[in-house]
Amino acid sequence: MKVAVIRTGTANIASALAGLMRAGAHPELTSDPDVVRRADAAVLPGVGAFGAALSELREHGLDQAVIERANAGRPLLCVCLGLQMLASASEESPGVTGLGVVPGTVTRFRGDVRIPQLGWNRIVPTPGARVLTEGYAYFANSYKLESIPEGWEGASAEHGGSFVAAIERGPVIACQFHPELSGTWGLALLKRWLEVAAC
Amino acid sequence: MLTTRIIPCLDVKDGRVVKGVKFQNLRDAGDPATQAQRYEETGADELVILDVSATPEGRSNAAHTVAAVRAVLGIPLTVGGGIRAIADAERLLAAGADKVSVNTAAVHDPELISRLSERFGAQCTVLGLDAARDGKGGWDVVINSGTKRVGRDAIEWAREAVARGAGEILLTSWDQDGTRAGYDTDLLRAVSNAVNVPVIASGGAANAEHLVDAVRAGADAVLAASIFHDGETTPNDVKAVMAAHGLKVRR
Repeated sequence: MKVAVIRTGTANIASALAGLMRAGAHPELTSDPDVVRRADAAVLPGVGAFGAALSELREHGLDQAVIERANAGRPLLCVCLGLQMLASASEESPGVTGLGVVPGTVTRFRGDVRIPQLGWNRIVPTPGARVLTEGYAYFANSYKLESIPEGWEGASAEHGGSFVAAIERGPVIACQFHPELSGTWGLALLKRWLEVAAC
Repeated sequence: MLTTRIIPCLDVKDGRVVKGVKFQNLRDAGDPATQAQRYEETGADELVILDVSATPEGRSNAAHTVAAVRAVLGIPLTVGGGIRAIADAERLLAAGADKVSVNTAAVHDPELISRLSERFGAQCTVLGLDAARDGKGGWDVVINSGTKRVGRDAIEWAREAVARGAGEILLTSWDQDGTRAGYDTDLLRAVSNAVNVPVIASGGAANAEHLVDAVRAGADAVLAASIFHDGETTPNDVKAVMAAHGLKVRR
């Protein structure tokens, strides 16, 4: 399957591409919103800062392409900051408007925990989740979404309190963790998403 | 709650894995991609590649090594060795690294950490902190494979690096490295109390009990090279021991 991977200036984009290839997809890096619109499936990767990544998306008109796919229920996988950008705002970049696909503000981890969260954390999915399963996922983040939005399935994990590990609605999946770095469990998740996307 | 990460380390020179003590008497120990894959299959949570090449030609091989490892590796990869500028980090990240570790160059140019963190994020910027006891109850920062003291307090340098945007500290004790006598747990305790970012223990591990000691002293992750090299002990083996001691590991 041809998968459009949205260029957001992500540092470790090579890992995302390699992970998709191991899962059997044919990823293509693009900054063209029409390529993103037409693709069988699209991936919104992202590390870095909330505000900078969103202005990169908006500069190329990619924000609308992502919003359209998410709202129409067309196959989309958002990873790490990709999930956070779906929200309305983030403590990381006050005053910057998110894509608003899901309500809520992204907040920084609090309490007696290491920040960034770097490592493997156990995620527990909601009963209706199809792509998300229980298992250890690899995280690299300082900010997180606090609750699974209404109308979505999802998964949660603990780091100084419960946070959103992922959300899913049909073939639209957004993971705070990195499936491409989550070993065989992550690879199986990518394959399930590609299967759901192919339907 | 996060599990304790077990991180095998591959020392790579001119595209091959090498083994030695304190980077002396290096001998060939195989193909990096093959070893990386074996480590993932046997329970490694993450992998570190240290490029110990001494020449520019060797350094340019490092990106090829990273790309070959990335193609088969489904866990995070940190690469260190010879990163002096944004362009060096960019080349390794483009090849497939997830994090870069800076060491000597950051000691000479602390601003390098700020630049890396601003460009790639704290989660991508690792400080390789090499320390040795100063004989007065503290630790000095050392460079050049532990051979040269730079007259800086290691704890204070850890704090500065984190303030500049380092998101993780790979902490090596050069008193312990190669001794197989266990990590410097006093050093681990001091650094892990001084900063809020994850700390990876390195230097001196010979068995699973040493790893347990490091975690109890505050390490979030443990790096080991020699105990895994011959394949007799796997990351899953040490995880079994750690779990028996009540530590949380991914299995």
